[in-house]
Amino acid sequence: MTPALIYGLTGIVVFGIGLFGALCVRDRLRRLLALNLCGMGAAFVLVAGAWRMPPDSADPVPHALVITGIVVLVSATAVALALIRRLHTLESAPEEIPEDTPE
Amino acid sequence: MTDLLLLFDMLLGLLIIGLAVAALRVRDLFAMVVMFVTFGLMTALAWVRLAAPDVALAEAAIGTGVTGALLLKTLYHLRRVSGTLHLPEALSERPPDPQVPRAVIAANAVMCGLVVIGLAAAFVTAPLGGPGFDAAVADAMPESGVDHPVTAVLLNFRAYDTLMEVVVLLAAVIAVWLVERSLPQSDPPVMGEVYEGFARLVLPGAVVVGVYVLWAGAVAPGGAFQGGAVLAAVGLLLLMSHVYEPAPAHRAAARGLFVLGVAVFTGVALLVAWGGRAVFEYPPGLAKPLILLIEGMVTISIAATLAALFHGREPGVQPRPADTSEGAQ
Amino acid sequence: MLEFLGVALMGLGTVFFVAGTVGLLRFPDLFCRLHALTKADGLGLALVCLGTICLASTPGEVLRIIVIWFAVALSSATCGHMIARHARAHRNDSEAP
Repeated sequence: MTPALIYGLTGIVVFGIGLFGALCVRDRLRRLLALNLCGMGAAFVLVAGAWRMPPDSADPVPHALVITGIVVLVSATAVALALIRRLHTLESAPEEIPEDTPE
Repeated sequence: MTDLLLLFDMLLGLLIIGLAVAALRVRDLFAMVVMFVTFGLMTALAWVRLAAPDVALAEAAIGTGVTGALLLKTLYHLRRVSGTLHLPEALSERPPDPQVPRAVIAANAVMCGLVVIGLAAAFVTAPLGGPGFDAAVADAMPESGVDHPVTAVLLNFRAYDTLMEVVVLLAAVIAVWLVERSLPQSDPPVMGEVYEGFARLVLPGAVVVGVYVLWAGAVAPGGAFQGGAVLAAVGLLLLMSHVYEPAPAHRAAARGLFVLGVAVFTGVALLVAWGGRAVFEYPPGLAKPLILLIEGMVTISIAATLAALFHGREPGVQPRPADTSEGAQ
Repeated sequence: MLEFLGVALMGLGTVFFVAGTVGLLRFPDLFCRLHALTKADGLGLALVCLGTICLASTPGEVLRIIVIWFAVALSSATCGHMIARHARAHRNDSEAP
């Protein structure tokens, strides 16, 4: 029984919860959040895999990968949120037909 | 003693799972965001227990702080557009969507359960703590120019990954600016005097903390991404307290800031390659100054980009008025 | 001795955190809950920080803990004010339906 085992299993369960949410939730914001949970679960497993018994220090490569992943996740979330805002605005004013004007 | 800490780990793990479930189940969307932010903070705590303080810092600052701010801003916009900003929470959401059929939910639950069981079995049977890259990294550390392994991996051994990550941020801000062009602007909320005083008091300290986190990255947990996130928080404070209002004239400067990190990163790589070395194989002796130069510029870029992702709108682009269908700009 | 004092202070601090949480769960409306949470947690935070200072080994650590204390106290006070302000401004709206 080590912290890595406990948190690795935690991450896998969080991933499963996120997967289920992404498949079954209707609300867009909540579905985006479920996908975020999936990402966090995967990060959990990576960080747990990098853990070593205390005298040794942890493996830095997965740590760097997870930091990269967190930044990419927030970028993707920001784009998805902008799309959600636009979809919501278009649905609230259905009489206005959007047209893409060239710049 | 160890057993007590393991008990704490188990409780924390259960709490994290519970928060994840609560974030998906709670009816009110605002409560959902709060649950998600708490989930992120507890995750950061768990990663400290796994001896990953860098990752915990990044998660607390970017994964929780910036993501939470983005979610709240979107929620504000959605409620503003549907005119349900000040209604009581549970009633204010849109009418409930048509329910997913029970059978579909059950089937999905079974599948997800099987996926979890399979992953858990693979994880438990895999040799934990097996040989990773730690030995290779430890051998190469003297040549890396910095004393902190994670920074060495990010800025030296796997610099390609980090470069691509900065490019992803750039792509994200371009996409957000394009999508936001045709959105009507929602007035930002009035924050009040106490908030403005708070912003004025905290801003200088936050700038110092951001630069300190960046500087500490060479020898201790910290670095460009964490420092950039702290500086992005400074940007959010400036934007929300209306101390800084993005003006059309600032558009060129903003674009310059977004590109700065990628430009310096690529420039250094190409210069090194021009000197007859492999790309990102820094000359010995110059590694530390070059890494610090890249980290500094990337930090500025990250801070500007994250703040722009929060602000959303390209300054100076006139939104399409809600009732006419004139083109943007 | 200093170690004992530090652990004792942190233990006392957690008691205040628990008290604040009980107030959050048991009090009837938002303003009472805010009152319990900000008051008790402010004191709890101070005690935990003092306890950590007793356990710190270098002056630099002490300085950092004090900075963290200052920052958290300031932001929690501002948050409490803003939640109360928002709730008071929209009290009538939310009680209408």
